[in-house]
Amino acid sequence: MSEAHASDATRRDFLYIATGAAGAVAVGGVAWPLVIQMGPNEREKAAGGPVEIDISAVEPGMLITVIWRGKPYFIRHLTADEVASAKNAPESDFRDFAAADSRIAAAEGAAEEWAIVGANCTHLGCVPTKIDTGLEGWLCPCHGSKFDVTGRVMKGPAPTNLPLPPFVFASEEKLVIGQDKAGA
Amino acid sequence: MSGHSTYNPTTGFGKFMDARMPIVRLVHDSFVSFPVPRNLNNWYTFGGILAVMLVSQIITGIVIAMHYTPEATMAFDSVHLLRRDVSYGNTLQSWHAVGASMFFIAVYIHIFRGLYYGSYKAPREVLWILGVVIYLLMMATAFMGYVLPWGQMSYWGAQVITNFFSAIPLVGDTVREYLLGGYAVGNATLNRFFSLHYLLPFMIAGIVVLHVWALHVTGQTNPTGVEVKSKQDVIPFTPYATVKDAFAMVVFMIIMCYFVFFLPDYLGHADNYIVADPLKTPAHIVPEWYFLPFYAVLRAIDFNIGIPFTDIVLIDSKLGGVLAMFGAIAVLFFVPWLDTSDVKSANYRPTYKIFFWLFAINAVFLGYLGSRPAEGIWIPLMKASTFWYFLHFIVIMPLLGWFEKPLPRPASIADAVLAKSSSDTAESQAQS
Repeated sequence: MSEAHASDATRRDFLYIATGAAGAVAVGGVAWPLVIQMGPNEREKAAGGPVEIDISAVEPGMLITVIWRGKPYFIRHLTADEVASAKNAPESDFRDFAAADSRIAAAEGAAEEWAIVGANCTHLGCVPTKIDTGLEGWLCPCHGSKFDVTGRVMKGPAPTNLPLPPFVFASEEKLVIGQDKAGA
Repeated sequence: MSGHSTYNPTTGFGKFMDARMPIVRLVHDSFVSFPVPRNLNNWYTFGGILAVMLVSQIITGIVIAMHYTPEATMAFDSVHLLRRDVSYGNTLQSWHAVGASMFFIAVYIHIFRGLYYGSYKAPREVLWILGVVIYLLMMATAFMGYVLPWGQMSYWGAQVITNFFSAIPLVGDTVREYLLGGYAVGNATLNRFFSLHYLLPFMIAGIVVLHVWALHVTGQTNPTGVEVKSKQDVIPFTPYATVKDAFAMVVFMIIMCYFVFFLPDYLGHADNYIVADPLKTPAHIVPEWYFLPFYAVLRAIDFNIGIPFTDIVLIDSKLGGVLAMFGAIAVLFFVPWLDTSDVKSANYRPTYKIFFWLFAINAVFLGYLGSRPAEGIWIPLMKASTFWYFLHFIVIMPLLGWFEKPLPRPASIADAVLAKSSSDTAESQAQS
């Protein structure tokens, strides 16, 4: 009697669990497209090709801001003084130290030095304002983060340096953002 | 508390309905014969004011949505078309925008009233938690509404606030892309914020029904903090509370009308009259005034938290700021259990009363700091003020329950009221 009972219960339990599992899969299957539609759409993803920028008019000390993949990027033409102070600055000045050489670029064979960095503060995404006080290059107006002329964070709540986009100098006058030296 | 229904249908139609769908009985029992403590003061009128503000925001919102275009290149112009060319458009738009601020003024008074009179204590914990949920939904609604005019402050507010989510370890950037619908704030973001800004007020209305339901199960607190004990302690909701609420509402609306008609932009920011520009952050970006205290908490954390004497960072400054800011709101959920005192009303808690006012002053000061730039003396002040905010809830509230010696409380509400009125009579007789 009790055995028969137990086997009945087992069959029913199996049906409950199977129904529950099928229900969970169905709910998940319905929820999936409702969540996934929130993400960037295909056109948005496709619109990320490299952009060419004419930098012939950007004199030392000047800064231009360009848009790539919907986000702004700084192209800063450094003066000789700025390059020297960035290279000589001690590691203790920075919260997320990286060698100055890794953040300064130049066209092939040219002496000119450029800082090409993402323009959204790594704290909460505001666009920092250019300042010219020696080593200090940007100040974020939102929460007070300070960056050096190569975009390395010196002070404030920003946890990391301004990011480096992939870029390559097509010539001394033309910069391509969105493509690195390997052509990727 | 609600007890026996006193509704008595007299007409034939009334009897017909009462036997089938007794909605009139529900309204009668909830808002006419419902007993309220006889000593409620004016601070207790803000619940009614908030209900009216919610309805007012929904009605004006639905109307101005008829003139709004949720598209990144047209949104800004459509709002200004509404303000300039639509009949009564400027009034309706400023009623909705000023209404958001007035809604928050009312909710802050309502919350502080609850903190003063211990409205979160047993058996009203669920009532209080539902209130905090409403407050959170209000903040989400107000934030998304502020993005819709697509001015500079709208855009950069959206940029900063959606970046909170990128502080989540590992999946943060993906979460943010899913919130924005792109790699940066753009048209997809504007569209979904419009959709959600339309949805959330109705969710608020749903939680408000639960909030009022919970209130009508436990009954209101009152300035003595002593629960209702007999019929002598209560008066019917109508006419007494109805008239008191209505009077307070008129006074509140007069203040609101002054802003709507004479200072419609006073609570806004001039930068929001410049169309959104992804390349240029306004020089001094601040949220709407009602978010300022939390903004100060966010900015107070500008240091990494790690294991001492090592370089290991557990929580970086960005995640730390975001956690502190959400923590400042989340701590409200735990207030019913953080306060260990049995005495409800601060009127009978001499020490808590002092700390309550210190907390209130600190909260306003935190708001002021939120409006200051993150530099110089303001940063240590933000840290000190944030520290005090958390200290109040996490240390002072639990300890006071043990160390404080409360004053003797009246035996009942009626006793307290009659004692007060007899001493008033004695005083006036002495004077005359």
